[in-house]
This record gives sequence, structure tokens and C-alpha cells, in this order.
Amino acid sequence: MELLHVKIPSWSDLQYWLPEAVLCVTFLLGLLGDIMSRGRRPVVAFAISVVGLLAAGALAIADINAVAPAGGRAIMGDLMVVDGMAIFFRLLFIFAGLATVLFAWTSEEIMGRRRENKGEFFVLTTLMTVAMMVMAEARDMLMLYLSMEGVGLTSYVMAGYMRTSLRSTEASIKYVIFGSVSSAIMLYGLSLLYGMTGSLQFSGIRDVLLGGGAEPFGLLVAVVLILAGMSYKIAAVPFHFWCPDVYEGAPTPVAALFSVGPKAAGFALMIRFFYSTFAAGTNIAASDALIKTINWPLLVSVISAVTMTYGNLVALRQTNVKRMLAYSSIAHVGYLLMGFVLLSEMGLASILFYLLVYTLMNLGAFFFVVAVNNHLKSEQLEDYKGLGYRMPWAGVMMVVFLGSLTGVPPFAGFVGKLYLFMAVMDRQWFWLVIIAGLNSVISLYYYFRVAKVMWLSRPDEGHDSPLRLTWLQYTVLACLAVPTLALGLYFGAFKDLADAGIRTMAGG
Amino acid sequence: MGEHILSWMTFFPLIGAAVIACLPSGRKQVIRTVAAVAAAVPLLLSVQLFMNFDRASGALQFVEHYTWIKSFNIEYFMAVDGLSMPMMMLTALLSFLCIFASWGIEKSLKGYFAMFLLLETGMFGVFCALDFFLFYVFWEVMLLPMYFLIGIWGGPRREYAAIKFFLYTLAGSVLMLLAMIAFYLNVADPVTGGHTFNMVHMFDQNNHSAWLQTTNIRHMLWLALFIGFAIKVPVFPFHTWLPDAHVEAPTAVSVILAGVLLKMGTYGILRISYPMLPDQAMWFRYALATLGAINILYGAYCAMAQKDMKKLVAYSSVSHMGYVLLGMAAMNSAGINGAVLQMFNHGTITAMMFLCVGVVYDRAHTREINAFGGLGMQMPRYFSFFSFALFAALGLPGLSGFVSEAMIFIGAFPAFRTITIISALGIIIGAAYVLWMLQRVFLGPKNDKWDNLPDINAREMFTLVPIGILVLLLGVFPMPVLDLMKVTLNNLIKVVAG
Repeated sequence: MELLHVKIPSWSDLQYWLPEAVLCVTFLLGLLGDIMSRGRRPVVAFAISVVGLLAAGALAIADINAVAPAGGRAIMGDLMVVDGMAIFFRLLFIFAGLATVLFAWTSEEIMGRRRENKGEFFVLTTLMTVAMMVMAEARDMLMLYLSMEGVGLTSYVMAGYMRTSLRSTEASIKYVIFGSVSSAIMLYGLSLLYGMTGSLQFSGIRDVLLGGGAEPFGLLVAVVLILAGMSYKIAAVPFHFWCPDVYEGAPTPVAALFSVGPKAAGFALMIRFFYSTFAAGTNIAASDALIKTINWPLLVSVISAVTMTYGNLVALRQTNVKRMLAYSSIAHVGYLLMGFVLLSEMGLASILFYLLVYTLMNLGAFFFVVAVNNHLKSEQLEDYKGLGYRMPWAGVMMVVFLGSLTGVPPFAGFVGKLYLFMAVMDRQWFWLVIIAGLNSVISLYYYFRVAKVMWLSRPDEGHDSPLRLTWLQYTVLACLAVPTLALGLYFGAFKDLADAGIRTMAGG
Repeated sequence: MGEHILSWMTFFPLIGAAVIACLPSGRKQVIRTVAAVAAAVPLLLSVQLFMNFDRASGALQFVEHYTWIKSFNIEYFMAVDGLSMPMMMLTALLSFLCIFASWGIEKSLKGYFAMFLLLETGMFGVFCALDFFLFYVFWEVMLLPMYFLIGIWGGPRREYAAIKFFLYTLAGSVLMLLAMIAFYLNVADPVTGGHTFNMVHMFDQNNHSAWLQTTNIRHMLWLALFIGFAIKVPVFPFHTWLPDAHVEAPTAVSVILAGVLLKMGTYGILRISYPMLPDQAMWFRYALATLGAINILYGAYCAMAQKDMKKLVAYSSVSHMGYVLLGMAAMNSAGINGAVLQMFNHGTITAMMFLCVGVVYDRAHTREINAFGGLGMQMPRYFSFFSFALFAALGLPGLSGFVSEAMIFIGAFPAFRTITIISALGIIIGAAYVLWMLQRVFLGPKNDKWDNLPDINAREMFTLVPIGILVLLLGVFPMPVLDLMKVTLNNLIKVVAG
């Protein structure tokens, strides 16, 4: 058995794992700093987190070309791999983490009035960022499970961050219960797969599967169970029930991070796991046969169609903006799954690109809700009346995010959708694209209901004072809005990055 | 500006919009002036375009061709030919005049002009883009400003009208998007062999893949493109957004909507559907002619039933766009040239009508036809302008509408005898609703309520006179516009009808 000769991690592997290592140190330093200041100065933990994330980001950028040899580099006793895709997700997670930390600093929900004992929030965000990065790097079922639980545990704490709020606590408990049940289901699937193939490594599993070493029905059961566990992580129907409640209950900056971070990490994991075990490798005929045995395309396309339709239809009826965004994020998972139907390189690359775009626009929309909540203490749509005239610049940026979420040119969301549609149409799955197209039209209605309330009606008398955002809020929003627009007009470089991520993905 | 004249025309309004966005909202006069300049420059450039356009050549002219996004093989490919030239001129003229028709807007002036100029950029872009992706981006870029222009500055039911417009158009665009992707994936760049968005490559049937040559697929693609464009025209039964949008939109936006945006539908069919799927165009032409006839008659009947002047004009647009469809379906020189000329003429005539309705609405704050009567004595100058526009609309010989409608009928008659004869009834119904409205509003006993209505003022005349001259001129001598398009369109007929 392989367990008998586990490779001992070598210290030299750390040089390929610097961003993660830096963030781990940041986490510990931040925790220490927060304790030293006795929780009275959250700025200590905040500053350490920001510096750590920036440093990690710089290292990750420096690594873009340096550590991506063909096929990637397996590190830490072959438990993880650093390749093009890992590097892509590193950047994405660090960006999302940094944006969340910066915006949370200005959120009254998180910081409260007295700003005491708030430092740990930033430290937790850092920890979650590392865990997500590891999710994108795992190449072994043990590491897969550990990293997922790592993200899960930090999420549970962050969801319940407002200790005195009943809603927040409820969200946290719901998250824990759903999380553990689905982990258990997935673990069962993983153990079946291990039993069938005798390997924990993705590549080892693939070799056995392609050799025809798995019984088809058993394999189908295992795949469905694993897919169920991962569907929970990305909140695909029918494993989405936790999602709206948790997003609504959790503090908004946390919901913002949840809606992009763990979701993207879940997709990264799914891509690597299923691509490595089923599709990668040189024996294309065998892998095609394998995919057909479990009827993968139909399975995923049905989940995709149901998820996007359900998310959009339910979002239509929401009156709370945050809850609406939660359902919209379910719908976007449906779109993203389109790229997963065929396990083709183009499809997977389109998922990566869409995740990048989605991170920008969804964080932006959520952060706008945070900024509004600071002033109005409300997330109800009717309170947004005439908001565009009270905070014009932020209002314009919100329209950019909403337009992009709908998928209208010239915003990035359009290009993301175009690429996903292309990937599916390339193999002529027309019904799925048509459903996705119709869904985009439905989504227009509820996204632009927000724009309508904000811009098409004037604020009521007495509620028309201008609302001021801090410069930090403007900066972060602009850092999200400008790329959302720019990526819609010039996306070549980032598309290449996503393509390269998939092309250089290690086959396990 | 000489080399990149199309880019300057397209993006100068955008620069203007950016400048306006940065001005303080209190400086109203400055904002108006900037908007006027931003719209005047493209108008001057369009004159230059008109002077330098080689009428004897059917080739693409003023070409700008650069790589935009390499990994998708997307190009920045702008050019004009005889089909787009009249539309460019129309857009430049109407946009400029509409800035003056909007002079009186008080509410959020800054946002209004910024949106308006953004819209203008989108319109120019659509008419000169020759890369399908670029075309699609411009096509969609217009939706957002249009939504806000109707939704913020519109009438009482503006929110409903704005979202209805947006939803309808987006539904059509999504179908177009799917067809666009299908073409992209199945048309090979003759040089590199890769996928391409270049429309000129898509026109060449030799570049189509085997899959794209399957009849059923071509039917589907044709229908997807057609519905996408039909919603914009709007072709019955996709027209229901139009009356709502028109009634609620402010005057200038109605002018642009009817004058330019509707033409994009028929322009799209001629620019994209016809040359890319010529066999399907032949297959569909009876259906197209029938739809045209339905549009003509149904639009005219609906117009007759309207109590609101603006809604009447809106339905008359549905009817007049029907003539365009009929002419396009004929697939012969008279028909297609007539159709494109009708696109231009309807743009000018309907603009006059909407401007006139706007004039009376600004004063009386109602457009109820029956609320008026005897206005002819009260506002004699206004009476002459409005009746001029209405006579042009009903196709009075000597005015431009007559020429294009006559050409369409001359073209359509040999192709579809019965349909053409039935469609000709539309002219009679058209005369009926036009004259009936004229009579109810301007003739008969005067309603005392309107004793204090001032006659049309200089600014309003300034917006009407240039269009009026054009309508008269093209009614007597249509050659300046016909010369522009004839070579290109005759080439198109050769491609489609063989």
C-alpha cells in the first residue's frame, strides 16, 4: 500500500509554496498581535493581514512564470501540486481575501461601534484564504478532504461572527449542520473510490480507472456521492438550501467572501479531481468511455440547468437585496457548471475565466450592499429608493456590477458567458445553451429591479441627504468596477491566463 | 481625422459623454453646449464621409482593421458601404437635432446628455462594425442608456416601458448571440483556418463548415437571427414593446428610437442574415413578405384606433417598417433599394412627427387627440409643419415617403402579386388615420382651453426645418441617397438571388 511509503515532505518544497507559507505566518502573527493588544486595537491584526496578503500576492505574481514547469510540480510529499491552475487560483483567492479584509474594515456590521475584539476577523480571513489555496492545489484525496474541512471550519466561525445577532448565529449553526452532513456523504464516496482503486492520489485513481479496474455501478455511486459533497460546497441545486439563509444571516462582507471564495475553491477542487481522474492522460478513447459509463455530461448538464433556473426564478421574488444576491449566486453556479459538462479544456478554461469575472462583479455588488447598510441599516430593496441620487458614483458602479452580472456587453460578465456558451456549443449541446440564454433574460429583471429602485425613482422627502462613503470604500469599489468594465473590452491576457491554467494543469 | 474618420464619428460622442460626466451638474448651459459640440462633430464628419464616398464602388470604404483580442480572433473592423452610409448620415443628423429637441430638459440634465451621447456611440458603432463581436457589443451597449433614458426621463408608466423594452431586446439579442457563436465556431478564417468573427469571412459560403451547410441548422440559425432582428424592427408579433416605449419616452428619445433604432433591425437582416445565409433568405422570403403585409395593415389599423397622438405615430412606425420588410423580401433592385431608401425616409419623417407631437405636449401637457380641435388657427406655423410631416407619412407625391413606397411596390408587385395588392390597402388606411388625426387636432371648432398656447418657437423650428428640407428634396430628387447605396445593394441581390 502506498501509505507504507508516504513521501516525507522536504523543506525545499517550501520555495514553491511561499505565498501560502507567508499567509500561515501572517495568520499566526496576526493572532499574536491581536492578543498582545488585548483586542483593543483591531488595527494591529488588520495591518498585519493586509501586509501579509499583499506580500503573498506579490510572491504569487512573481511566481506566475517561475514555478509553472510543464505538468506542474508536486510538493509536500506529493499531496499538493503547484501548476498553472494553482497559480491562477492563488491570485484569485488572495485578491478576494484582500478585498474582503479592506472592505470589512469599513463595515459597521463587522466592526461594531466600539471596534473591540474585532481583530480576529481579519486573521480568520487570512486563514480561510490559505485553506482555499490548498483546495486548489490538492492532488490527493486526504488533502482534498482536509482542505475542504479547513475552509469549512473557518467559514462556520465567520458566519457566526456577530455573536449577539440571532440571525448570524442561526446561519452559523445551519452551515455547520449542512456542512458536516455533506462532508460525511462525500467522505463515503471517497472511501468507496479508495476501496475500488486502492489509491489516494488522483493520478493513481486515474490509472486504475482507465485500466477498466472499476465496476461501473460502484463507480457511479462513488461519483454521485462525491459530486453531492462538492455541490454543497458550490451550492448547486439540490444542495443549495443552506446558501440563502447563511448569506442573509452572516455579516455582509462575510457573505461576499462566501459567495466567491469557497465557491471558486470548490470549482477548483472539482476541476482538478474530476479532470485528473477521468479525463487527463493520453488514452482519450478510454477516458471517453469512462465518462460515458457514468453518463457524466447528462448528469452535470441537468444539475447545471436546474441550478441556474431555480436560482433565477427564486431570485425574482426576493425583496431583500442580500438574499437576492444569494440566489443569484446559485444561478451563477448553474452557468459555471456549463463549462464542466464536457470536461473539455475549453470548458474548464471558461470556468476559470468566469470565476475571475464573477469574483469581481459579485464582490462589488455585495460590497455596495455593505456600504449602504452602514448608512441605512437595511438591506430591503424598498429602502434603496432613489439611492443613486444620494451616492451617485457608487450608484453608477453598482449599475456596472448589475449589468455585468446580467451579462450585458460591454461588461466582463458578458465575455464570461460568451466563453462558457462557446465551450458548450463547441460540442453542440444546444438545449443547455438555450436554457442559459433564457436564464440571462430572466436575471435581467431582478438585477435591474435594483437599478430601477435606485435610479428610476427619486428619494423620498426627508430621506434624500447625500450619503458619503469613505475613500477606502471608493477605492475598493473602483478596483472592482474598473476591471469589470475593462475586462469586458480587453480580456485577451486574462483569457490566456485561464487557458494556460488549464493547459498546464498537472494530470493529477 | 481623415484616416480614422469612422472611429472619430463613433467615439467622439463618447468623449463628450465623459466630459459631461465630469462637469458639475449646476452648469447647465455648459453641459448643453458640450453635448451639442459632441454631436456636431460627427455630423460634420458625416458630411465629409458623404463627399468622399466612392459611389461607383461596392467595396467597403474607410476601412479600419486591427486585431483587438487575439486569442478569440476578434478584430476591430470598421468600414462603411452603400448599405451603412445612409444610416450613418441619418444617425448623425437626428442625433444632432435631438440635442436641441432636448434643450428644455431640466431633470438631471447631466445624466441625460451623457446617456444620450453614449447611445449615439452605440448607434454609429452598429452601422459600421464589420466584426460580429464588435457589432454585438455596440448593439448591446445601446440598451443601458436607452433603459435609463426611458426609465428616468419618461412619462408616468416609464418604469414598466423601460424594463419591457430591455427584456424584449435582450431576449432577441440572446438568440443573436447564440447564432453568432455558432457562426464563430463554424466559419474558418481562409488564411489561418481558425475561428473568426470577421463578417466578411462569414459572408463567403466557402468558409462555412460542413455542419453549417446542413439545411436544418441553417433554418435554425436564420430564425434565431431573424427573431433577434425582428424584435428590434419590430415585426408583428414582437412589436408590443414599441408603443409602450414610445409613449413613455421623452420626445428626443422617441425620435432616436423610431428614427434610428428600428432601422437596426432591418439593417441587421440586410447586413448579416442575407449575405451569411442567402439560401435561407430565399426560403423565407414569402414569410417575410407576409409579415411585412401584416405589419403594414395591422400597424395602420392599430394607429387608427389610437386616442394618444404619440401612440398613433408609434403604430404608424410599425406600419411603415412593414413596407421595408416587403421591399426586402422582393429581392430585386427596386424592392431592396426602395427598402433602404424607406429606412432613411421613415427615419426623417417619423422624426418630424415625433418632434411635432413633442411640441404640443410641451405646451398642453396632453397628447389626447380628442382634447384638441381647431389648433390650426391658434398655432398656424405649427399646423403647417405638422401637416407637412403627416402628408409625407401618408406618401404624398413630391415628398420623400412617396418615392420609397412606390419603389417598394414596384419591386414587390412582380414578386408577390397578392401580398402586394393587399399591402397597398395600407396606404389607404394610412391616409385615413393621418387625415383623421389632422382633422381632429387642427380643424373644427377650437377648444377654448388652448387659447394661450404659443406657436412653435425658433429652437423647435431649428430642429424641424433641416429634416423638412430633406424630406422635400428627396421627394423630388432622391438620387443623392439612391446613388450611395445602389451598387452595394445590387451586389447584395446578386449574392442572394443569384
